[in-house]
Amino acid sequence: MAAIHPGSTIPTVETDNTVDDPRRRAPLVTGGLDFTGVTDTVARVATSKPTRLWWIGFVILSFMALGFFSFIGYLVVTGVGIWGNNQPIAWGFPIINFVFWVGIGHAGTLISAILFLFRQNWRTSINRFAEAMTIFAVVCAGMFPAVHVGRVWFAYWLFPYPNQMGMWPQFRSPLLWDVFAVSTYASVSFLFWYTGMVPDIATLRDKAKSRLGQIFYSFLALGWTGSARHWHRFEKAYLLLAALCTPLVLSVHSVVSFDFAVAQLPGWHTTVFPPYFVAGAIYGGFAMVLTLAIPCRQWLGLKHIITMRHIINCAKVMLGTGMIVMYAYSIEFFVAWYSGHHFEQFVFRNRPLGNYQFGFWLMVWCNCVGPQVLWIKKCRENLFWIMFAAMHVNVGMWFERYVITVTSLSRDFLPGSWAQFHPTWVDICWFICSFGLFGSLFFLFLKFLPVIAVAEVKTIMPEAHASHGHGEHEGHAKEAEEPADTASQPSPPADDDTTQPEGA
Amino acid sequence: MTVIDTQNPDVLAEVAVAADEPAAFGLIGEFDNVDDIIAAANAAREAGFKKMDVHSPFPVHGIDEAVGIKPTVLPWIVLLMGLTGMTTGLILTTYTMGVWQEPGFLPVNFEPYEYLISGKPYNSLAAFIPVIFELTIMFSAYTAVFAMFLLNKLPMLHNPLLKSERFRRATSDRFFLMIDARDRQFDAEQTKAFVKDMHGCRAVEIVDV
Repeated sequence: MAAIHPGSTIPTVETDNTVDDPRRRAPLVTGGLDFTGVTDTVARVATSKPTRLWWIGFVILSFMALGFFSFIGYLVVTGVGIWGNNQPIAWGFPIINFVFWVGIGHAGTLISAILFLFRQNWRTSINRFAEAMTIFAVVCAGMFPAVHVGRVWFAYWLFPYPNQMGMWPQFRSPLLWDVFAVSTYASVSFLFWYTGMVPDIATLRDKAKSRLGQIFYSFLALGWTGSARHWHRFEKAYLLLAALCTPLVLSVHSVVSFDFAVAQLPGWHTTVFPPYFVAGAIYGGFAMVLTLAIPCRQWLGLKHIITMRHIINCAKVMLGTGMIVMYAYSIEFFVAWYSGHHFEQFVFRNRPLGNYQFGFWLMVWCNCVGPQVLWIKKCRENLFWIMFAAMHVNVGMWFERYVITVTSLSRDFLPGSWAQFHPTWVDICWFICSFGLFGSLFFLFLKFLPVIAVAEVKTIMPEAHASHGHGEHEGHAKEAEEPADTASQPSPPADDDTTQPEGA
Repeated sequence: MTVIDTQNPDVLAEVAVAADEPAAFGLIGEFDNVDDIIAAANAAREAGFKKMDVHSPFPVHGIDEAVGIKPTVLPWIVLLMGLTGMTTGLILTTYTMGVWQEPGFLPVNFEPYEYLISGKPYNSLAAFIPVIFELTIMFSAYTAVFAMFLLNKLPMLHNPLLKSERFRRATSDRFFLMIDARDRQFDAEQTKAFVKDMHGCRAVEIVDV
């Protein structure tokens, strides 16, 4: 590909779509795939037998998920004393893990809703599994506060329902806002994901070979036939959902940050928290998207649909949100100094220099230093360095929540009530096992559901537009009214202004 | 009304043949690119067909005009339900957190509960906004999904079109023009010839009920 001089129209099989040429749109599907090719690439994953690698991964992750629920059982029969939570650090691991997981979910909704409204075509290749990531992350997130209430069997008291006790939940409490925000977010994300998936499940229904598979997919596809009338309403509903999810996703992590910001505690009581938390959530979420996308495109043979351009775009978003997070860190310190508030100043001196300086400096290293390698173009185009940066952010964002939750609680107004937090083995194992719950759900998704939004990917291919009207030719696409001579060919020819390669 | 002579074996056989012969559900014509299907839909509409449809693996731009699809009422339903959600949130929070004159006949389950916390006012609208907002979104998003499926008459677990082996490619890489047998102008032979002559038509098939 390097041998082709600029402007050459010689099609290459290995298209490099990472180059930005303002005269043409970079193709988002490479490898000479046409509609049939895209369908087959995605359907092959679902219609083939699970590989040995899949089984090994799935069994390990399922055991971890089993462990996760066993710990909940242990909690129910024993009590919250099995955690390291104490007074004054009553929040500990359950809340740190909750914020960590719910934050990861946000990148999925950003990709599926916000980038959809911004007409970012590249989102179509990764939105499906980013949304799946959202839902499974929110499933994990929801578990932690639900069991953190202590008496798990009364968790339904969180919801407003008329009861014999004559009690209602306290609607002025941010913790109750959280119940509404997270339950709305989880259910709406699920509907968004499923709605978008219905046409693709119909594709799998029509591709499935086994009787069981046909029944399974027929049931989920609801009888979708791709009717133009159905597509018309479908597109409208999808647009409405995207428009509704955009404020929703921004509100959810804002509400999560209110759990902290509405409290009077120094280090928590800050107005910067909502935007800071949202940026952090997207930062951590994109790191998780990359962590999952890079191996998946390799294993499932999706390199021509999730191309290098997609990976680089994600890396750029991660870098950008990382800068916002760094800015928020520095503004916190500035405001602590500028406020002249004695306790606030103490907390922010205590973070880098006090009893939890290990966590703080690890957070700074992972979130502010490590990912900066992505500024270098060579690193941004190298999967190893992208993974390197993403792994830093995964670790760093967990420690960010640790630092926020624990340092402030352990050193509050009264030195007499200061205490140290020590996580127990249950805390640590339980957190690790939550990856098993997430991973086993994700493995099931990878095997049995359409990993790529097949129908949506087809709409961004040049062939999807009448008379191949795209790029600078869009204006006079209509004038090619005489019947195109592409009718008898299985795939349309690459014309002058497309870099879509033809044939292999 | 015809009276069937149940004693006559010849008549009975005739009836059985008539019952066995399946009625046509519609006719599908297969195309393999976007230009041809738009042209085909335009031609069919201009020929006067009303009960027709296009089946495609993805939403085709410009097909709405070609088939003659009117804008959907869906956004208005969503708006209405969004406002309902907002009202629900407003009533739920202000009623249950407020101080009201007891009407007396309400069971204890529906009485409001007065939380006095840090001397904050009972009716504190600002603090209720998150709940009201989330309920608005929840009602509208659920409506967008369920109303869309219901307006589309889905789930439809039996569709004669799905019996056609050829039609399976409608979710992969082929575009189908479907003319319903209930259309006034539908005539198995003539319509078949009409679609067959269209530019780029690869195959025509009559689908039975």
